[in-house]
Amino acid sequence: MLLEYIAIAVMIAVATLIAFIAIGLGELLGPKKKSEAKSMPYESGMNPYGEGTRRMPVRFYLVAVLFILFDIEVVFFLPWAIVFRQLGIFGLIEMIIFIVILLVGYVYAWKKGALEWE
Amino acid sequence: MTVDLILFLILALVSVSTALGMLLSRNTVYSALFLVLNFVTVAVFYLLLGAPFIAMAQVTVYAGAIMVLFLFVIMLLGTEVLPASNILPWQKPLAGGLAAVLAVEAIYLLLVRARSVAQVTSPDVAINSMDNLREMGKVLFSTYLLPFEVTSILLLVAMVGAIVLTKKEKA
Amino acid sequence: MDWTFWLEWVLKGFVLCLVLLTGFAYLTYYERRALARMQNRIGPNRAGPQGLLQPIADAVKLFFKEELTPARAYKIVFFLAPIVTVVPSLIIAAVIPWGTSFQLFGRTITLYVADINVGVLYLMSIASIAVYGIVLAGWSSNNKYAMLGGMRSSAQMISYELALGLSFVTAILLANSMRMIDIVNAQSSWWFVVIQPVGALIFWIATLAEVNRAPFDMPEAEQELTAGYHAEYSGMKFALFFMAEYQKMIVICAILATLFFGGYLGPFVDKFWFLGPVYMFAKVFILLFFMIWVRATWPRIRYDRLMSFGWKVLVPLALAVVFITATGILLAQELNNQLYFWAIPFVSIVAAGIAVMMIYRELRRKAYERA
Repeated sequence: MLLEYIAIAVMIAVATLIAFIAIGLGELLGPKKKSEAKSMPYESGMNPYGEGTRRMPVRFYLVAVLFILFDIEVVFFLPWAIVFRQLGIFGLIEMIIFIVILLVGYVYAWKKGALEWE
Repeated sequence: MTVDLILFLILALVSVSTALGMLLSRNTVYSALFLVLNFVTVAVFYLLLGAPFIAMAQVTVYAGAIMVLFLFVIMLLGTEVLPASNILPWQKPLAGGLAAVLAVEAIYLLLVRARSVAQVTSPDVAINSMDNLREMGKVLFSTYLLPFEVTSILLLVAMVGAIVLTKKEKA
Repeated sequence: MDWTFWLEWVLKGFVLCLVLLTGFAYLTYYERRALARMQNRIGPNRAGPQGLLQPIADAVKLFFKEELTPARAYKIVFFLAPIVTVVPSLIIAAVIPWGTSFQLFGRTITLYVADINVGVLYLMSIASIAVYGIVLAGWSSNNKYAMLGGMRSSAQMISYELALGLSFVTAILLANSMRMIDIVNAQSSWWFVVIQPVGALIFWIATLAEVNRAPFDMPEAEQELTAGYHAEYSGMKFALFFMAEYQKMIVICAILATLFFGGYLGPFVDKFWFLGPVYMFAKVFILLFFMIWVRATWPRIRYDRLMSFGWKVLVPLALAVVFITATGILLAQELNNQLYFWAIPFVSIVAAGIAVMMIYRELRRKAYERA
């Protein structure tokens, strides 16, 4: 049965409701005096120049790719962690082979300086 | 109509409309957010099918990791808002034609082949028990051992590819 | 299905949210008082006896603040980002067991919202969803500082999520289950922190980075980024980010207590159900003190070092710890000798020691190169 998940869905609804109520109360109770200076982007009191969002360094892309790959690895670890007692030594060796192949990439990334944040 | 069917229809509506929203939005960040919603509804489909592990893995890997990469790439390119003019005029008719072919194919398969698909035998365990996950783990690490190991090579190739693309060769 | 089920779910969800909200309010007070004591100050002591009404005064103040939306912001996302941040920080607590169960009007009320077989994976998936609020807040503000703060913050979060996931795996290996209740019950003889202290330490460090706490509060580096991703937020929307951060602290201490410190277990907990939440509260309270202590003690770590530490030290160490744990359990099982099982903590500590030595050597080398 999916009863437990309905409980989680109910909790998501309750949490969202609380968040909306909080913001709603803030909008309701707070003053509303708009001015040009207030709605400018905050740049520590200087006059803002240029676009607010600009192109980000490629480093972030690399971190995200490496994260995906290792995240998939972690997700594969989870089912293994609950059956490895039954699988025995053979299961451990399976996992070590999996990791060693990935570690080749990890060492390559390290040597290429991809783990460095310049 | 059963509760399951009503739930399925609502979710189907949400998933189709988020997919459409993803395609039609002119702002790439909104597109990415629609896609996240779509992935989450797909995860709920997996839950309805009695596969909680796949559902959660879907959220973790697709919504939590791959879409973060998409957002990072959008911000890397600085192309949040697409230009209004259509650069590829032949794209729309071509896409429409291909979509029509796909729709015909899907309906054909649904009408003709649906009954002949072999019944999948599932182990007789409760969805919310550890045995459910254990069965999955056993199958993954015995029957599907080779695909599992090959996955790591796929990941390795992706990792090397990303590094080669972004890192300059040291002279 | 009958309506009492719905009533129970709504009430439980509501009570849990309320507990976390109150916890957040008083955690700010707790932190300010504890920090003040460590810095030889007094801290807030004017509002009410011992300043106990201070959180309420703060909340009222925030309710009456103006909600500003910058003219150039992407309005819808700007509005939704705080909600997307705060909701995961509340619902992640749904699978944490706070005690056993008790009888009320002839039905058994369990002290958790949901008991699912993929409990630990649920924690991981909600933690990974939490990144969105921060990226979107940074982007939608359309402000250089907010954008950079959001990107830094999210890159840091995803980098440390790997070590976090791997330390979850060590707890699953020891408990042989992904269900949170099973993990708690598996610790009835020994807490997992005894068997795998390094796993608990990795979890601790990774979560400090995950919630952007000192010494990993880089995204909030005032000198460089003003306030990071929430620079443009004010009033209740800012309060929601603040709330999410502190609720995450509470939830993380609760998860750490559940996975490594025996959860709600303690003397006589099987006789009196109400002792479960009491033990849980005590453990969370003590763990939170360590979080505050860390903030008072360590200076902020530089961003490049933070990323290197995550990728070059924590990930390999966490992997090593996973394999040490698995090998120890398997050898003990196959050779029927508990000695191998009890070798796990010692071998893990040696691995952690090697990691620390390598950091030390690297820092020495860098200092030498600079000189």
